[in-house]
Amino acid sequence: MAGVQVANVSRSFGAHRALDNVSIDFADGGFYALLGPSGSGKTTLLRQIAGFDFPDTGRIAIGGESVERVPVEKRRIGMVFQNYALFPNMSVADNVAFGLSVRGEPKASIAAEVQRALDLVQLGKLGGRRPHQLSGGQRQRVALARAIVTKPRVLLLDEPLGALDKALRVDMQIELKRIQREIGITTIFVTHDQEEALTMSDRIGILRDGRLVQEGPPEEIYDRPQSEFAATFLGDANIFRGDATGNGIRLPDGTTIAAASGPSLAAGARASCAVRPERIQISTGAAKPDADNANTLKGQVSKRIFAGNNSTYFVDRDGQTLKVIVQNTGAERLAEGQPVVLSWSPDSTVLIAAG
Amino acid sequence: MADQHAIGSRRGLKPALPLLLPAYLWLTVAIFLPLSAMVFFSFMTDLPLAGREWAFTLDNYAAFFSQSLYLTLLLASLRLGLEVTLWCVVIGYPAAYVLAKVLKGRSREAIFLLVILPFWSNGLVRIFSWAMVLREGGILDTALNAVLPFKINIDLMYSYPAVIIGLVHSYVPYMVLTCYLTLQAIDDSLIEAGRSLGASRRQVLWRVIIPLSMPGLIAGAALIFVPVVGSFMEPRILGGRTGTFYGTVIEDQFVAVFNWPLGAALSFILLAVVLVILAVASPMLKRAA
Ligand SMILES: Nc1ncnc2c1ncn2[C@@H]1O[C@H](COP(=O)(O)OP(=O)(O)OP(=O)(O)O)[C@@H](O)[C@H]1O
Ligand SMILES: [Mg+2]
Repeated sequence: MAGVQVANVSRSFGAHRALDNVSIDFADGGFYALLGPSGSGKTTLLRQIAGFDFPDTGRIAIGGESVERVPVEKRRIGMVFQNYALFPNMSVADNVAFGLSVRGEPKASIAAEVQRALDLVQLGKLGGRRPHQLSGGQRQRVALARAIVTKPRVLLLDEPLGALDKALRVDMQIELKRIQREIGITTIFVTHDQEEALTMSDRIGILRDGRLVQEGPPEEIYDRPQSEFAATFLGDANIFRGDATGNGIRLPDGTTIAAASGPSLAAGARASCAVRPERIQISTGAAKPDADNANTLKGQVSKRIFAGNNSTYFVDRDGQTLKVIVQNTGAERLAEGQPVVLSWSPDSTVLIAAG
Repeated sequence: MADQHAIGSRRGLKPALPLLLPAYLWLTVAIFLPLSAMVFFSFMTDLPLAGREWAFTLDNYAAFFSQSLYLTLLLASLRLGLEVTLWCVVIGYPAAYVLAKVLKGRSREAIFLLVILPFWSNGLVRIFSWAMVLREGGILDTALNAVLPFKINIDLMYSYPAVIIGLVHSYVPYMVLTCYLTLQAIDDSLIEAGRSLGASRRQVLWRVIIPLSMPGLIAGAALIFVPVVGSFMEPRILGGRTGTFYGTVIEDQFVAVFNWPLGAALSFILLAVVLVILAVASPMLKRAA
């Protein structure tokens, strides 16, 4: 087992910079999610670590050892592909055995290890089947068993759950996490799905146009995004744009919004504030907002979407539509067209320098 | 319910009939009729032409077994078929691999064109151009002597290697095409998965790529082996006196000796032998994969 260090890695395809000076430290035994929109370079980064492709500049080390000259098959990595990539000409057991048998391990010990790996992914009885006789989730688990049976130092997963339906996806998330904890392997997990990234990983790296936008534990990125992109890509956010005041921003109409966290910016600099929809309190104005809700705005409900356990209100305010999510506590619901007061605490507000 | 189903399925064929009819008609006219005429001939003493006397006989088939020459030639032809097929695999498979997995875009199209060019050139032209290349004082001889400091004599004309070269050149496109199609269908991520599991390129080739391209190899081999065993043009022109094979003997019966019944009988024996070989070999190859 080992950590992975990516230092100043760049990779271009023709004129297109798929990776632009990316540096990330993947800690030993951690579960790391790489998140980003399509084309942001997630797969490219994973391929550099795996050794299918090589950086133009920069260094990659696995377990402290530089892998510049190490071919894929010597890197001791396990990889799970989005399309599973099971060998169709082999049985499930032979697929799992492949990595051990190319190493020339004795037949008897291979059989035992294959069985253990298949048991780990709860497919102990399906060793004799062919891949095409399995369901999507079962194929996924075979791919996982095949990747971990060789005891790799790092597990690389490229959108491994992308092809599964929602319910199966959640099952597999739990299973994957369980297995990862059980064998304690450094795991780098590429995903489109922000919820998946939030629930599964110890740390998240957000990529955009080949650059690492922000990196850290899920709570930190969610609570303290450093850019409008990070704020809106991971979770939902209301963004206000204005001029920095010292402890917040002033909107063009003169309203000030106070923010408790964020960089210190020179007064007058372009800046924005981000507030999560579930942190905003919405009321008709009759009830008094919470004492520490120093930020208040007036608006008008333009739309309400009921989603069972919560409701989303869209509130029009000075040409901007704000989003507020309210838990369904059985309290009175607000009608569309109703004037409302929005209030929230500076603690729930993040100041962001204009990008 | 059950009745309706039966009717439905029978009705399912009917609309297809007008579509299938031309194909069946063509098969009947172009293949079945001449072939059955040949079967008929092969049991005759003489051709029923110009009022000649004829009767049914098994002598034509018996001739094959009574004269050891035919068996010797058949074995030589089978060996020729095997050798040409092997060379086609050795040359065609790597070419197909490069086409399918290494080259991209324009260069792939260009090389593809070069590979199938022999297909589009006339067979005789192809063979006679090889004759010009291979004979003493020919293109190969002259070119090598121009480059090498010492004198060597290259005269491959009228030899077994010349026959092999000519046949391989004619038939290798089949192998390239069938293998290209199966290789093309192999997902690159399978190769990467193999590498990530610790297999070298060579191990991935032997354990993943070749087994998965077996259908293409088998199809190519069948497409090549069968016509090569019965070939006569290349052996005759490039092989000269050494170029006597089963196929040339059959050809002689039709165009020189004018003994169609014997020629037909020899062809059907060949057909039977080839079918048996294919029936035995292809499941074996498939299992090996
Ligand atoms: N082999 C290649 N040749 C040329 N361009 C490439 C190549 N591989 C990737 N790219 C480009 O690099 C950029 C990043 O691609 P990458 O596959 O890493 O994106 P991604 O983040 O994995 O996207 P997705 O979520 O859609 O899988 C894209 O613009 C892509 O077109
Ligand atoms: Mg990708």
